[in-house]
Amino acid sequence: MRPLIAIISARFRLLLQYRAAALAGLCTQVVFGLIIMMVYQAFYRSAPDTQHPLSIGQVITYVWLGQALLAMLPWNGDPEIRALVRSGGVAYELLRPVDLYIYWYARAIALRTAPTLLRAVPMVIMAMTMFGMKPPSDVGSAVGFAIVLVGTLAMSCAITVLVGITMMWTISGEGIIYLLPSVVTLLSGMLVPIPLFPAWAQPILEILPFRALVDAPYRVYLGDIPLEQLGWILLHQWVWIVVLIVLGRHLLKRGLTRLVVQGG
Amino acid sequence: MSQIRVENLIKTYRVAERKAGLRGAFAGLVKRRHRTIEALAGISFELEAGELVGYIGPNGAGKSTTVKIMSGILVPDSGNCVVNGFVPWRDRTRFVSGIGVVFGQRTQLWWDLPVIESFELLSDIYRVPADDYRKRLGELEGMLDLGPFLDTPVRQLSLGQRMRCDLAASLLHNPPILFLDEPTIGLDAVSKLAVRDFVKQLNREQGTTVILTTHDMDDIEALCRRIIVIGSGRILSDGTLSDLRRRVSRERWLIVDLEADHSPPEVPEARIIQYEGHRVIYGFDPATLSAAELIATVSARTTVRDIFVENPPIEQIIARLYAKEA
Repeated sequence: MRPLIAIISARFRLLLQYRAAALAGLCTQVVFGLIIMMVYQAFYRSAPDTQHPLSIGQVITYVWLGQALLAMLPWNGDPEIRALVRSGGVAYELLRPVDLYIYWYARAIALRTAPTLLRAVPMVIMAMTMFGMKPPSDVGSAVGFAIVLVGTLAMSCAITVLVGITMMWTISGEGIIYLLPSVVTLLSGMLVPIPLFPAWAQPILEILPFRALVDAPYRVYLGDIPLEQLGWILLHQWVWIVVLIVLGRHLLKRGLTRLVVQGG
Repeated sequence: MSQIRVENLIKTYRVAERKAGLRGAFAGLVKRRHRTIEALAGISFELEAGELVGYIGPNGAGKSTTVKIMSGILVPDSGNCVVNGFVPWRDRTRFVSGIGVVFGQRTQLWWDLPVIESFELLSDIYRVPADDYRKRLGELEGMLDLGPFLDTPVRQLSLGQRMRCDLAASLLHNPPILFLDEPTIGLDAVSKLAVRDFVKQLNREQGTTVILTTHDMDDIEALCRRIIVIGSGRILSDGTLSDLRRRVSRERWLIVDLEADHSPPEVPEARIIQYEGHRVIYGFDPATLSAAELIATVSARTTVRDIFVENPPIEQIIARLYAKEA
């Protein structure tokens, strides 16, 4: 455990240094959050008689939760791993007496938590005081949200590492880097909450892994998913986490046998 | 039992090729052409504990590939390799605690962290007990004179300082074997000397086995008793420096500084390699013509200001070896 705690805490401290980036990111996200919120308000106002799957108040909370936790979404691979593979620095990674998958997973944990912590707290304070974000519907939802969020982090890291591993085949990784944000934001419910999707799409999205990143934790927070369903939510989430980890480990093993260390 | 045994290592790379220009780019979309490059074509050697070996060859000869296989980073297509009792790529995570590696062209330190924090992180990653780490750091700090910049972020170090830190970083877990891949590349003369002295001291005092790849023949002359020369993935020569000289050419050089306005006399058994200014260099084979005879002949026929006998520089020997085998 000592190597992993060391690598997580070192990278965590490094990432906390990027306060200017966090501030800039925060401003951008407030603007985006406001725009998305206003779009929903316009939609809801134009169809006042429709039975909406989520109330406008719930949607607004959902939008701000999404902005607060945006950095936890695996919308990119680990830029550090990308740089290492490109430059050939991956050679040094292989010299460490640590399982490479676990080593990269530890890096991903830092990558997905440090910027989130920097942004989430001010974002939630702002959104709750000024933009109409509400706290969890009750204590049960708050606890359920926290439990599901642990799995969200675990899955996000598994996807981050998986994308890093694919760099061993593509080197530049640009194809996946361009594709990933669209896939993740759309299929997770980040862009549009899954209950607002057409009826035919919802069963598909509920089977795919991505809903466990956004839809599941946020709707537990809202109380829209009752706590009786928490077991199913967690089962779906952790089955996918295991699948993604097994897949990542398998690809890494194959990637290492065909690895070409760039340069030098 | 040898500490390192390498047997018949073969490694090929497949490289995608495309013709230059737009047309080539489009052709590449339809049909990729691959070319196979044989990086190692059967490399074998053995090393005993405590040896300091120079591993040299031109760019692309397979030096780095060999080092990367021996350190568990690359998997060879075929062949055996046992280092410290391990097959490096099979038991990688256990094996790597017993080796230190420095790639001169890249750093293993964290760019944005002060040097000392990188060291602490590495000691955590290698699970070095705190007392051992403090002791080891103290030793390395003294030997490499790291004190003045331990608190400096790595990105602000000069290349020479960085290399000294990288050397220390590779040795914090006290490995019995050290692989150095071009550790003096790009360094100024003072830093080169510091690195050489350190490697020599490490090998002599702590018995660390060192394998050194380099293009700098001064590194080799200063450090290595044994030299393995490789070219196009094959071992061309393996032995001491004098073995290598004997094998490639017995030629020695007589360097003569002439008095002004004198031209160098022709000597039948010796060839004039170079004549510039007042200096002439004769190449001769001591088996057919002794140095004494040559000196006598030359000084009888012209006025000599200074005279000395030398071995041809090792660069020439190596270049000739490559030419011979190509």
